[in-house]
Amino acid sequence: MNANELTIAAARDALRAGDLTAVDLTMACLTAIDAGDGLNAFVHKTPELALEQARAADARIAAGDAPAMCGIPLGIKDLFCTRGVSSQAGSNILKGFKPEYESTVTARLFGAGAVMLGKLNMDEFAMGSSNETSCYGNAVNPWKIDDRNLTPGGSSGGSAAAVAADLCLAATGTDTGGSIRQPAAFTGIVGIKPTYGRVSRWGIVAFASSLDQAGPMTKSVRDASIFLGAMAGHDPKDSTSADLAVPDFEAALTGDIRGKKIGIPREYRMDGMPDEIEALWADGIAMMKDAGAEIVDISLPHTRYALPAYYVIAPAEASSNLARYDGVRYGHRATLAPGDGITEMYEKTRAEGFGPEVQRRIMIGTYVLSAGFYDAYYNRARRVRALIKRDFETVFAEGIDAILTPATPSSAFGLGEMANADPVEMYLNDVFTVTVNLAGLPGIAVPVGLDAKGLPMGLQLIGRPWDEAGLLNHAYVLERAAGFVAKPAKWW
Amino acid sequence: MSIDIDTARKVAKLARIRVEEADLPALAGELSGILGFMEQLNEVDVTGVEPMTSVTPMRLARRADVVTDGGYQMQVLANAPDAREGFFAVPKVVE
Repeated sequence: MNANELTIAAARDALRAGDLTAVDLTMACLTAIDAGDGLNAFVHKTPELALEQARAADARIAAGDAPAMCGIPLGIKDLFCTRGVSSQAGSNILKGFKPEYESTVTARLFGAGAVMLGKLNMDEFAMGSSNETSCYGNAVNPWKIDDRNLTPGGSSGGSAAAVAADLCLAATGTDTGGSIRQPAAFTGIVGIKPTYGRVSRWGIVAFASSLDQAGPMTKSVRDASIFLGAMAGHDPKDSTSADLAVPDFEAALTGDIRGKKIGIPREYRMDGMPDEIEALWADGIAMMKDAGAEIVDISLPHTRYALPAYYVIAPAEASSNLARYDGVRYGHRATLAPGDGITEMYEKTRAEGFGPEVQRRIMIGTYVLSAGFYDAYYNRARRVRALIKRDFETVFAEGIDAILTPATPSSAFGLGEMANADPVEMYLNDVFTVTVNLAGLPGIAVPVGLDAKGLPMGLQLIGRPWDEAGLLNHAYVLERAAGFVAKPAKWW
Repeated sequence: MSIDIDTARKVAKLARIRVEEADLPALAGELSGILGFMEQLNEVDVTGVEPMTSVTPMRLARRADVVTDGGYQMQVLANAPDAREGFFAVPKVVE
């Protein structure tokens, strides 16, 4: 086994035991990254920084001062601002942008001794479900079943591809409507979106501020627990960051869920859902039952309105957040014609810098916030959002500990296959995940099996607010029962 | 609610995104399709439901009204497409 194939937990133990150095571990990842260019996962490589951080980590480990993430090589989604390193959010409008500051999440990770291998591909401004809107071109799923290249999902597609292909031990992702959980499910890895406010958003390029949340994408539930513990915590620089203690998530992995109540929402049984997804869900229910949990049928009656509500609220917030890209302070500015004034500068800069999906969402957001439509669209969507949140509050008040659902409506599809589809068809990828963002809850995707084609499929567990510890323990039980160990055969 | 070409032009203008006249019909069609999808929200009875304004019930933290940061003119300007003499430079704004 090469060192880059290790989990965080195994690498941590080997580093502490002196069986491995952070420099050797980092070198193994850098070699895998250079051999993995066909996946187009790493879009800005930082080998020199990585080796410098690895040497510092080795010194800390030798001195006996080694937090769990010390010396662990990570990939960082391009959405995180990293000092002196290109941070483009997958967009041409931020071409050349090198932040003068460090996001809170990466600062915490580096403070804990983690190593950054480089920045990872993603959909432009995290708007997409297939990594096909990126200015860097498509990231490619390491899973392959014929001559087609498959999507790793999106928007954290580069993160998912890099972890699944063992280019890094784990990666950061962000999730506004499913952007951690859907790519995790498409690539057979674990991805958790924490409770809104658990992880600081400071220094992460904003998409929809009331929905965005960063989280880890890892090879195991234990790794997600370790990694999340290092990312989470109160940050005065993010006014929505919760001033709550961060539990020891790894210690919460007892594997005991006897007597816990697992809700199965009937509204997630969608018309036209593939039989394989339905069967996978039934398998997951049986696994939780075998582990001693009580299975309870529940109703979340407003589920079907989550997607339309999301596609009002997220573009509305995006149109406001992305107003800052004006060609004045950072990033791209269009070449102007003689006589062009400041309005032409804005309009040409934004037309050149933003791709079609981002332009579409900004314009939808502009429309739903415009005078005369604000109440009909934006306020109505926020009312529906309140009802969706209330649905969850009701079942949790009735004693439900966690909710089990499919993670995605299908396994990974081919890159380009949705090119001529209606934008709304692509939005349907988020159907099982988007409710969780609207309600601000924690959700985790766990790989559970392979479909008949040989592609990974995942299930989603949804937890009570702030109960990531309990959620991770449920996920740990599901992971052990499913025993998913398949890896993509190397072709890249 | 379907979006006509004039509305598409107006939305593009409000969003400060240049859209060529020839591209407006396709844009209007796409926006109409997405808005049509949102029409489902009209089926929901939202009587007496307040629009959600905070994801978690919390009082936003306050801090003392004092200067806590600043003094980085060069860093602020470091990524500007056009910075001169310590300022951002833009095309003429006032005739």
